[in-house]
Formats: sequence, C-alpha cells, structure tokens
Amino acid sequence: MKVIVCVKRVPDTETRIRVGDDGTSIDPSGVKYILSPYDEFALEGALRTVEAIGEGEVVAVTLGDASSAETLRSALAMGAHRAIHLKGEPTMDGLGTAKVLAEAIQAEDAPLVLLGVKAADDDQQQVGPMLATLLGRPCATSVSSFQVEDGGVGCRREVEGGTAVMRLPLPAVLTITKGEFEPRYASLKGIMAAKRKPLEERGVTVPAAGLKVEAFTSPPDRAAGRIVGEGSDAVPELVRLLREEAQVI
Amino acid sequence: MANVLTVLEERDGVLRGASLEAVSAGARLAGELGVSGHGLLLCGPEAGGDVVRATQAGASSVRVGEHPDLADPSPELLARIVAEEIRKGGYQAVLFPATVRGKDLAPRVAALLDVSLASDVTEVGVDGTSIFAVRPIYAGKVFARVSFQATPAVLSLRPNIFTVSEGGSGEVETFTPAIPQEEVAAGEVLEFVQAGEGSMDVAEATTVVSGGRGMRGPEEWGILEELRDALGPQAALGASRAVVDAGWRSHGEQVGQTGKTVAPRLYVAVGISGAIQHLAGMRTSGVIVAVNRDADAPIFQVADYGIVGDLFDVVPRLTQEIRDLKAGD
Ligand SMILES: Cc1cc2nc3c(=O)[nH]c(=O)nc-3n(C[C@H](O)[C@H](O)[C@H](O)COP(=O)(O)OP(=O)(O)OC[C@H]3O[C@@H](n4cnc5c(N)ncnc54)[C@H](O)[C@@H]3O)c2cc1C
Ligand SMILES: Nc1ncnc2c1ncn2[C@@H]1O[C@H](COP(=O)(O)O)[C@@H](O)[C@H]1O
Repeated sequence: MKVIVCVKRVPDTETRIRVGDDGTSIDPSGVKYILSPYDEFALEGALRTVEAIGEGEVVAVTLGDASSAETLRSALAMGAHRAIHLKGEPTMDGLGTAKVLAEAIQAEDAPLVLLGVKAADDDQQQVGPMLATLLGRPCATSVSSFQVEDGGVGCRREVEGGTAVMRLPLPAVLTITKGEFEPRYASLKGIMAAKRKPLEERGVTVPAAGLKVEAFTSPPDRAAGRIVGEGSDAVPELVRLLREEAQVI
Repeated sequence: MANVLTVLEERDGVLRGASLEAVSAGARLAGELGVSGHGLLLCGPEAGGDVVRATQAGASSVRVGEHPDLADPSPELLARIVAEEIRKGGYQAVLFPATVRGKDLAPRVAALLDVSLASDVTEVGVDGTSIFAVRPIYAGKVFARVSFQATPAVLSLRPNIFTVSEGGSGEVETFTPAIPQEEVAAGEVLEFVQAGEGSMDVAEATTVVSGGRGMRGPEEWGILEELRDALGPQAALGASRAVVDAGWRSHGEQVGQTGKTVAPRLYVAVGISGAIQHLAGMRTSGVIVAVNRDADAPIFQVADYGIVGDLFDVVPRLTQEIRDLKAGD
C-alpha cells in the first residue's frame, strides 16, 4: 500500500524566535530547523503500516522552498522510500497549502494520507481536514494510533473526555498526534541510503493567500510575578491573593 | 451589510462555555462593523433548549436546526450543512469556538466555502472596514496579526480568552435542516472510552491543575484531583510531558508544544519545572500559580504567584483553604 506523509520544516522547539526586520516573518539567523514533531509521529505510523503489510511505499511530500530538501532527506533517512518536493513559498494560509498538496496527492493514488495534527510553527491545525475536504475523503483528526484492516482503517482519536475508537473507509486522511508512534532514530545506514533515494522536485504555484500576515509582534512579557512565600504557611496568603487580587477563585 | 454568524455547540442539551464566548465576541464584532450578530446551532431533536443563553450573550437571533441525523453527526456531514447555511445567509464573518469539535469543523467548512481560516485566535477586531485577528504562532513565541482577503472571514476562537456578554435578548427560530442526499464519505465511531469522571477537556476548562515529575508517581494524583474538585466543576487536570512519557497520565492531558494549548483563567503548575515546551502550551493563561521546591525553577518566571516548597505539604493545605473559603461563600 502506498502511504503519503505530508511533512513540514519548522524551527526547533527549543529555538529562540525573534521577529525579523520586515515585521512579517521571523529572523532565521541562528534558528535550527527540524521536521515538525507531529509529522515525525505520522511518518513513524506510515512506516509501521507498510512494514506490517509487507509491501508498499511511504512517500514524503512537502511544500517549501529550497531549504526544505533537507527536511525531506531526514524523512528518507528515517525510512521513507521516496520524496516529492513541491517547490514554492510555504504559507500560513492552510487552504493554499491544502490545495497544492491536494493536486500532488490526486496524481498519486494513495489510499492513506497522513499529516501532523498541527505544524509546530503556524499551529493552524487545519491543513489535514481541509485537504480531506478538497479530496472528498473522510478524515479523522488527533489520531494517536491506527491500523489498516480489510479495506478500512481503525483508529483511536483523542477527543473531549476520552478516546473514540473509529473506523474509516479507505481512501482516508488522518492527522496524527502523539501516542503509539514514538519516532525511530535515523540510523547511519539510513542516512547514507537517503542520499540515493529518489527526491523529485516540482515547481508549484501557491494560490494567492486568503489570509494576509499584517504583522508579527513579540508577545507582551508577563508582568513579573512574585513568590508569595515558602511552604504551606504561604497558602492562606496565596488564597487571599487569588480571591481578592486576581479574582479567580 | 452582511452580518456575523457564530456556529454554536451543545453537549447534552447545554451550550458550551466556549460557544457563549464566541457568540459574545461575534456580537461585539458585529457592533464594530455596524451589523448584527447571529447564532446557528445544529443538533439532535430537542437538544437546542438552552440556546436562549446565546441571545443573552448578544446574538440578535439564533437559528436552531434540529434533526435526528444531527444528534451525533460526522464532521463531514455537519460541515456541509453549516456551509450551506453560511452560503444562504451571506455573512461577512463566521466564528467557531476552537474546541475539539470546532477545530474539526471549521477547516472543513472553510474548504467547502473556498475561503481561508484563522485558527485559535486570541483577538478579533475591525481596522477601518476590514476584520483582523491575532493568533499566537511558534507556540506563543510570536503573535501574528492577520487580515482576510475574501468573505466570509472564518475564524476559530481560543476558549477562555473572550469574555461572555450578558443581558442581551433576541429571537430563537427552530427549523429542520435539509440533510444532503448524496453519500458523504465519513468515519464511524465504534466505541467511546470515557477518560474517567469529571473529565472536562483540559483545553476548555476555566481552571487547570497540572502535575509534573515532582509528583513522584501516578498513585500520588489523588491530591491533585482533590484540588481540582475544590476549584469547581469547570476545572480539569493537566500534565507535563515528563509524566505522560512515563505513562503516569494519558496524553490527552498533556499541556505544551506537543500537547494541548490551554488558556484557562487559572493555571496551577505543581512540580513542573517550566521547560520552554511546557510554557508554550500555557503562557496565555490568565493567572499562573506555581508550586515547586526549587526557587530557581523557570516556571516562577511566568508565574503570577509562586510558593517555594514541598508540594506534598502545600497542595493539601491549598485544597483545604479553598474548600473553607468556598464553604463561607
Ligand atoms: C520536541 C519536544 C516537545 C516537547 N513537548 C512538551 C510538551 O508538550 N509538554 C511538556 O510539558 N514538555 C514537553 N517537552 C519536554 C520538556 O522539555 C520537559 O522535559 C518537561 O516539560 C519536563 O517535565 P516536568 O516539568 O514535569 O519535569 P522536570 O523538568 O523533571 O521538573 C520537575 C519539577 O518538580 C520539582 N519538584 C520535585 N519534587 C518536588 C516536590 N516534592 N515538591 C515541589 N516540587 C518538586 C522540581 O524542582 C522540578 O522543577 C518537549 C520536549 C521536546 C524536545
Ligand atoms: N508546507 C507544508 N508542506 C507539507 N505539509 C504541510 C505543510 N504545512 C502543513 N503541512 C501538514 O499539515 C499539518 C498541519 O499543519 P497546520 O494545519 O498548518 O497546523 C502538518 O503537520 C503537516 O503534516
């Protein structure tokens, strides 16, 4: 079975982010980039699926500029069989992203498409269900584990107040959250092999963004807090502050 | 001029808090635009009885579409009906609560309408005649102000950020929505495993009590449950990744970069060091309280109030004092 995984290049979660001089992007200097953590979970799920079935391929797809090639190489090093680099400017506008991905995926005839539940940069949490809607496929979001079984996919979804056990007919789209799919490390052998795996580049035109970024700002610093005291003796004063000053209890 | 619509959510016949916040924000936005704010609730038969609260929160009218097929609909089906209602109503802005269900619905509706979506926004306003929104990105390290290039503007609103208005009044109209005839490819829920009693979703709770590795082990969680219960029915438990990875708590409770983003009015961090990825998930909370025995723990840099001390000493006392206080109310 062919499984497509949509992956995105994002700043490392440890990185300090500064607003760039143009005021509408971040300053990339000194920023380390990684494969978005949820996309790693998705990739791990895809690899295990193909391994369990014993045949098929995992195809990593990204929309991004030249620097995203590195992200695809990491996906190949983890075990993806081939990669498609949709070369264009990534956008916060999830609909634009979903449209570009939908066009590429339509040509691939893959019964299962996986995404991260959210990208660690824009945090829009929307590309998966938008892509599914454009493709006319069912979609389950926030999937913590899944298994392909006779013509469908059984999955566990994290929802309010518990876990929903679901079954979707194939073809389907899933967005993956943390759960069963702890990502494997790329082995040295995997990293060497990745250099020879097919990485296809396609120029794409990202549709004009329906969402325009006007300005990036740094969040206001939280006003310095205070240590109310030490040990349980400080509790009455804390409770008084929470009631009278903060008015939250 | 085209109006503003808020898509509402109920659970067991009760409107969700995040829906009341969204409809209030929608009414205020409509006021700024000089138009009116409306509400739409799609639900099973007789589940819409509570919707008058949306009119009190500022909606000048609410349409309630009741149908047996909408008691527990797939997001695919629901999205179609919502999109159709939006097309018919010709709104200039559509607001969703950014709840688990809202986050599932809004992107599908936006895609069906072929317009963009700003998710999980913390501010909405009007600049001249155009609508803008502010969304935290890079896990809250940057705020992005965005504008919409097409109508309707579709937004989902982060729970617990927008205040609920009161004292409004409006009309409630019940109708029977048309269910699309063509087959909609969707998943089927086979089973629902409840996460335990009082399990309000951590992202929607107005108060969150989170435990970290300082808790020592899963068997110690009783003191946090008691604190949660003392804080009231809108309180939920959260966890750091360290304790989720250790298998002490389920991932549904994890707060942070690879967990949930929460913004409760009160966030209590117990035995949590305050790693940057944890802060990412809770820094937009209203008031942050930290209990940690290490005075240098980074959590104290974002906490409004901190107590340095042993949590096993502090937390039970805190629960007791809150109980006493509430008993006197
Ligand atoms: C890609 C990535 C994503 C991540 N995502 C997340 C995420 O979503 N959420 C998240 O939380 N983390 C996340 N992390 C992990 C994060 O870096 C930290 O490792 C984690 O938050 C630490 O959890 P903790 O504070 O419970 O544990 P620790 O850092 O071990 O802190 C325990 C604290 O408890 C205090 N303590 C101990 N005993 C007591 C006592 N008796 N009384 C009072 N205080 C006590 C200690 O002083 C200490 O400050 C992520 C990391 C990476 C690399
Ligand atoms: N530029 C992109 N290229 C490939 N996949 C993407 C891109 N942007 C987002 N995605 C996928 O969509 C998921 C959700 O992203 P978002 O909706 O932006 O939070 C990500 O985890 C990726 O799987």
